[in-house]
Amino acid sequence: MSSPFTEEQIKRYSRHIILPEIGGKGQQKLLNAKVFLVGAGGLGSPAAFYLAAAGIGKIGIADSDCVDHSNLQRQILHSTKDVGRSKAISAKETLEALNPDVEVIPYTERLNSENILQIIKDYDVILDGADNFPTRYLVNDACVFLKKPLSHGSIFRFEGQVTTIIPFEGPCYRCLYETPPPPGLVPSCQEAGVLGVLPGVVGSLQATEAVKLILGKGEILKGKLLMYDSLAMDFKKVKIHKNPTCPVCSEKATIRELIDYEEFCQVRNS
Amino acid sequence: MRIILNGETKECPEGITIERLLDLYKIDKNRIVVELNLHVIPGKELSTRILRESDVLEVVTFVGGG
Repeated sequence: MSSPFTEEQIKRYSRHIILPEIGGKGQQKLLNAKVFLVGAGGLGSPAAFYLAAAGIGKIGIADSDCVDHSNLQRQILHSTKDVGRSKAISAKETLEALNPDVEVIPYTERLNSENILQIIKDYDVILDGADNFPTRYLVNDACVFLKKPLSHGSIFRFEGQVTTIIPFEGPCYRCLYETPPPPGLVPSCQEAGVLGVLPGVVGSLQATEAVKLILGKGEILKGKLLMYDSLAMDFKKVKIHKNPTCPVCSEKATIRELIDYEEFCQVRNS
Repeated sequence: MRIILNGETKECPEGITIERLLDLYKIDKNRIVVELNLHVIPGKELSTRILRESDVLEVVTFVGGG
C-alpha cells in the first residue's frame, strides 16, 4: 500500500509518527484537522506555532488588531517588521513559512454575534486566546450552540488558567463564571502587565489539549480548571462541575441567542 | 472551626458567612467565583451562606487576558 505522506512529510513528522499514540494514522488525523484560534496574541502565538508545526491542515485565526511594539515581548508570531500590520495576516505569513502543509485562513474582522457561528462552524476544535471578556463569553456561547470542543486559556500578570469545554458533556465557561465580571473590575494585561513567557506556557497547554482532542488520546481538562502560578511555579487543578442552572448549557438555559457585551468594551476603552 | 480554603486548612469563627470569610482574607468578591463543596455559589448568596466545619472552599479568580 502506498504511503499517504510525501517523503518530506515523513521526515517532517517522523517524531510524531514513531510515537505509538500517534503513528501514521494520528498524523493523518492532524493533517485533516481544522482548528480555529480566537486571537493571534499572547496565547494564540505559541498555540498556533505548535499547531502549525504539528501539521494541523487548516488553521483559522481571528484578530482584528494590528501589531504594536508592546506586543512583541510575548506575541511571538509577530516580528519588529510587522508593527502596524494586521495580526491575523502576520500570523498567516509566519505559520505558512514554518509549514507549507498548513492552510491558514486569517480573519481580520472582530468576532460578534452576527458573524461567529458562520465563521467557526466548519472547524473541529476552537481555541480561545481572546484578551477580553465580551469575546470569551461570545465564544463560549457559540461553542455551546454548535457543540464544538473549546480549549480555554487566559492569563493575568503571573497567573494562567486552562480548561477544556466539551459542551453538554462537561461544564462550560458560564457554569463556572456565569456572567462577565462587573466592568472595569478585572484589569486587562494592558493595564496590569503580564510576564512575557506566561502565555508561552498557557498557549502551549491549550495546543496540547487541541492535539489530544484531534487524536482522541489521553486525558483532557474536561471538568477541570488548571491554574498556573508562574511566580510560585505551582500547577493546581480544581474540579469544576456542570451548573444545573447554567444560563447557556443547562436544562434551565435562558440564553438562546448570542450576546454582544459591547458595554464592556466601551468601559475598557474609556 | 476548621475549613479548607484553596487546599489549605484554615481556622475561622463558627457561623461565619462566605462573604465574611472572604473579607477576613481580603479577597475581592467582585473578581472571584466561590465553589463550596464542589458547587458554585451564586454571588448573591455569598452574604447568606454560613460555613460549617470541614467545608471545602475553592476561590477561583476571573482571568481574562490573552
